[in-house]
Amino acid sequence: MSILIDKNTRVLCQGITGKAGRFHARQCLDYGTQVVGGVTPGKGGERIEGLPVFDTVEEAVRQTGADATMIFVPPPTAADAILEAADAGIRLIVAITEGIPVLDMVGACDVLRRGKSRLIGPNCPGVITPDACKIGIMPGYIHRRGPVGVISRSGTLTYEAVWQLSRLGLGQSTCVGLGGDPIVGTSFVDLLAMFQDDPQTEGVLLIGEIGGTAEEEAAAYVRGQFRKPVAALVAGRTAPPGKRMGHAGAIIAGGRGTAAEKIAALQSAGIQLAQSPADMAAAMQRALQRS
Amino acid sequence: MKIHEYQAKQILREAGVGVPRGIVADTPQAAADAFGQLGGQLAVVKAQTHSGGRGKGTVKDNPRQHSVEVVGSPDEARQAAGNLLGHALVTVQTGPEGQLVRRVLVEQGCRIERELYLGIVVDRAAAMPVLMASPQGGMDIEQVAARTPELIYREPFHPDAGLRSYQARKLAQKLGLSGGATRAGEEFMRRLCRVFVNRDCSLVEINPLVLTGEGALLALDAKMSFDPSSLFRHPELRELRDLAEEQPAETRAAEAGLSYVKLDGSIGCLVNGAGLAMSTMDLIQLHGGAPANFLDVGGGANLDQVTEAFRILLADGGLRAVLVNIFGGIMRCTTIAEAIVASYRSVGFQVPLVVRLEGTEVDEGREILAASGLNIITAEDLTDAAKRVVAAAG
Repeated sequence: MSILIDKNTRVLCQGITGKAGRFHARQCLDYGTQVVGGVTPGKGGERIEGLPVFDTVEEAVRQTGADATMIFVPPPTAADAILEAADAGIRLIVAITEGIPVLDMVGACDVLRRGKSRLIGPNCPGVITPDACKIGIMPGYIHRRGPVGVISRSGTLTYEAVWQLSRLGLGQSTCVGLGGDPIVGTSFVDLLAMFQDDPQTEGVLLIGEIGGTAEEEAAAYVRGQFRKPVAALVAGRTAPPGKRMGHAGAIIAGGRGTAAEKIAALQSAGIQLAQSPADMAAAMQRALQRS
Repeated sequence: MKIHEYQAKQILREAGVGVPRGIVADTPQAAADAFGQLGGQLAVVKAQTHSGGRGKGTVKDNPRQHSVEVVGSPDEARQAAGNLLGHALVTVQTGPEGQLVRRVLVEQGCRIERELYLGIVVDRAAAMPVLMASPQGGMDIEQVAARTPELIYREPFHPDAGLRSYQARKLAQKLGLSGGATRAGEEFMRRLCRVFVNRDCSLVEINPLVLTGEGALLALDAKMSFDPSSLFRHPELRELRDLAEEQPAETRAAEAGLSYVKLDGSIGCLVNGAGLAMSTMDLIQLHGGAPANFLDVGGGANLDQVTEAFRILLADGGLRAVLVNIFGGIMRCTTIAEAIVASYRSVGFQVPLVVRLEGTEVDEGREILAASGLNIITAEDLTDAAKRVVAAAG
């Protein structure tokens, strides 16, 4: 079954006339995603990769029936693009852009929480339901369809996990990149609730990192309500405090957000911890076998 | 991005937020002159560096000299400045080498009746800025949070609306302000929140906020840092950047579009992706080695970036081995392998190099490395890579 997206999802690409937007629209089409159009203000009427380009999301939705979007718009106007998509009734917004001002995201999330659209990201690789739909920049070919849900704050570390899972014969139901920024639209908890109700998903792998409290909140949710096996990796045990480790959200601030705290919380919820990034798929397998 | 205390106070001054009168000095004589200009009663000479914990900082080769000194004459100001300028200040955050002091702030003294605390950050879970206030100022706020968390009051506010009047009134009462100080406190807090939003801050901290003997509210210390993603829209803040306070290697990496953090170990890492880079460091440590750095070469990892990344890594004299860990998704392993071989040749490697490649065109990529004739150790998987590089580092 999977969550969020399937072969019927119709996807727009906002920022399609830019280098990244154009390239990844093509990659998603090649994977089999129903990419139905693009939006770049002022470029309406053009065609990119055989797709119609529109000036506004509202017009794009009217003409194509799109219900999802992936956003490659540069940082200064990306939050505006997110709000435009929500306003046009897009139910799933996947924001790839890295570097959106934090206070812009505060404003955007405040509007979104009162509406019906779900935001994934920003600064994320996207969402993929193997063999059905890819919205984002992940390499499609490493994925296999199967019973493991994957939720990650990272990009290439997620691909590493998926690669290991596929090689072990553990395919994936849906993989979601939450994004590396401090303020993101969707959390581990939001997606765990969806995976709970998805018949195809038998277990979930969480990939976390230093900074914030998302893993601790996930642990509390798993302990209280989640009934399927869970495994996890937390990256950044060796990260020094006060330094931003690549991702804007990966920083130990004021003593909070350490890997040790997260690992302790996840362990106390009965979650199977991966000893290292080499151990992610094996940890998932152990969790599935124990249940 | 961080700035100095004197720069933060200038921003606050411009926004009508109460700060003491102060003058920056970069020579002992300038400090003496500043004392005179301030009216010549009592002043404070404060070392200006970015590092936290300055309040308890001392000069490295003269531990009796503190980073903050109360002075009562131009000569005393000159003396204190002379002991600080050009010397290394050691705090809990600088490490034993300390940070060179290039400027001091000479500030008018005041009679302190009470010390309060104000801080603003964006609360990630709530996705909203929050103003924190405490009557326990002048102390390490983390200690207050640990011992008496009920004495830290929190008011979230929307960037557009700012801190609302009723919120300011609530906090003024909790802070025990009375008389004229009540309205002054409310106004101080509202303006501070406005600064946080207008300048796209990530942190604003006033500790202590003092209530003076005359009933005025002044920010005795001010710490401000800014959201790096917002700097494109703040040319006035970019000018405040002090490269001398940054690690040169980190600055150089940022200019090349790389993310680099120096650590203490001997095994250099080059990885694509922040999460993978962090967990590569963890992996090295798990197998008994010590990572020398974090380095995320990003999604591009073209020849120029990989070459620059190697140059930055190898400039670290303590390096005994290097691990390259690349997962090529959209980025092909052949491209990475070619970049590694070309960089190896042009940079000139003195230490063992272990490469672990995985992903698109991995077999062809490994072929390129093997056929290069260079002393590159190709690893099979992550565990193999970690063990080999730890062994190679000796």
